[in-house]
Amino acid sequence: MSTEGNGYKSGSNLEKVLAAGEFAFTGELGPPRGCNAEEVRHKASFLKGNVDSVNITDNQTAVVRMASWAACLLLIQEGLEPNFQMVCRDRNRLAMQADILGAYAHGVRNMLCLSGDHQMFGDHPQAKGVFDIDSMQLIRMVKTMRDEGKFLAGDELDGVPKMFIGAAANPFADPFEWRVHRLAKKVDAGVDFIQTQCIYNMEKFREWIRQANDMGLTEKAYILAGVTPMKSVGMAKYMKNRVPGMDVPDAIIERLQGAGKGKVADEGIKIAVEQIEEFKEMKGVHGVHLMAIEWEHKVPEIAELAKVLPRPQIK
Amino acid sequence: MIVAKRKPFDELKEMIKPYKKVLNVGCGTCVSVCLAGGEKEVAVLNAELDMARKLDDNPIELGAVTLERQCDQEYLAELDDMIGDYDAVVSMACGVGIQFLAERFPEKPVFPGVDTTGLAVNQDVGFYEERCRSCGACVLGMTGGICPVTMCAKGLYNGPCGGTNKGKCEISQDQPCAWFQIHERLSKQGRLDLIMGYKEPVEWLDQVPRMTIQPGYKKPEEEKA
Ligand code: SF4
Ligand code: SF4
Repeated sequence: MSTEGNGYKSGSNLEKVLAAGEFAFTGELGPPRGCNAEEVRHKASFLKGNVDSVNITDNQTAVVRMASWAACLLLIQEGLEPNFQMVCRDRNRLAMQADILGAYAHGVRNMLCLSGDHQMFGDHPQAKGVFDIDSMQLIRMVKTMRDEGKFLAGDELDGVPKMFIGAAANPFADPFEWRVHRLAKKVDAGVDFIQTQCIYNMEKFREWIRQANDMGLTEKAYILAGVTPMKSVGMAKYMKNRVPGMDVPDAIIERLQGAGKGKVADEGIKIAVEQIEEFKEMKGVHGVHLMAIEWEHKVPEIAELAKVLPRPQIK
Repeated sequence: MIVAKRKPFDELKEMIKPYKKVLNVGCGTCVSVCLAGGEKEVAVLNAELDMARKLDDNPIELGAVTLERQCDQEYLAELDDMIGDYDAVVSMACGVGIQFLAERFPEKPVFPGVDTTGLAVNQDVGFYEERCRSCGACVLGMTGGICPVTMCAKGLYNGPCGGTNKGKCEISQDQPCAWFQIHERLSKQGRLDLIMGYKEPVEWLDQVPRMTIQPGYKKPEEEKA
């Protein structure tokens, strides 16, 4: 499949770790609201050596930030492997393909294809949303570029971007029975790996992954379970009530409330670590995607407690 | 039908401030039905303008006429004899009608009396909901009669997105998620297979001004094209 003859689709570190059958551990970093490159380097320093690849968010929650590809380059300079997130909200198919080519030329090897939160949530709610293609079509476009060496419209590429193609999945949204079919559609579109929405409802997640196993989907794409440690009871309540598509059972909130003064954050981390331990044993789960939002400095501690260190080095 | 709502009064008043004789032209079709720009609305607007201009010490002489349709030159022709008496025209037709009127009288300043808001259905008296963005390649057959272009806030063809929330769209608890509804309807009809497969990127047809010539009305040389 690969022109380099090494059997890899992209040869990214993340792909190598997953292909070797290791339990992957990925992190996330939100670029600054300005050109503060130092901030990116500072956050990256907590992730270096503790994760296999770092998702760089793309105007997350529709708030303008440093371009995802640009922050990806900063990470490469720092010796980390980025996962370039791309949303369909801000670019049409011309700009998307151009950015994919540019990012690849600078060493980006992983991509995460997303729809993007609606612009009305962000700092420019009056903006025109693009949505020229959707996340499913973006997956297929990157795959066509990689495997056929062609642009979406069919012209030959001069230099082919060999991206490892990721997408998100939400195992919790209604109707539940449709969720696994959404996953199947993404696999059909050509996705290599999935990073799920933050998981709190383990019961529902177990059922989702069971269905995915039954349909053979977990053999066609790697599944990385999304984990976000709760920092506070307020955050848990906010996630439950205000973040669309998030499923936070009351038991989680009660457990955090029961932790006692000054110990809630530690309890949140404890819950996350327990989850990671379970994911390691769960059939069909190939790794964890840790989204420690504005909590990057806690990643070394969480990785240590979850016993996912040292990260494998695959030649 | 095409739905519109009257422009904010102050904006309208400001637009026609310099003119002393203004003809207000209503439209008897869509905007009349949706209570935005028919005969009655023309009369109401004129009364308000008349009063406001008097208070401003800037009196105005207003004419009123409502045509059957403003998107048809046949009806616009009725204005030919009266237009000369006025300095400017306010059209309360939809954007289409306003343009056609302005095109017929290129010397005349023409102002929109309404904001055109879409192709919509009548949900209740005075309550209209957009349903179609006239994309030119209707997919309602695939989506159980629910338009993904209009009713999904992201216009997704492979929906839903990750923001779908208990049947609601991520943009608001008052907005149903179109893809949730599409799934629900097709599921009840036993036709879920229609949306199981991957849907290719759309070839957007609305990126240039479009022309429509019905079959049988084309010139012979166009017929082949
Ligand atoms: S798909 Fe939607 S926008 Fe397109 S023609 Fe049909 S109803 Fe109108
Ligand atoms: S929540 Fe549903 S309607 Fe809203 S943007 Fe997502 S798929 Fe479309």
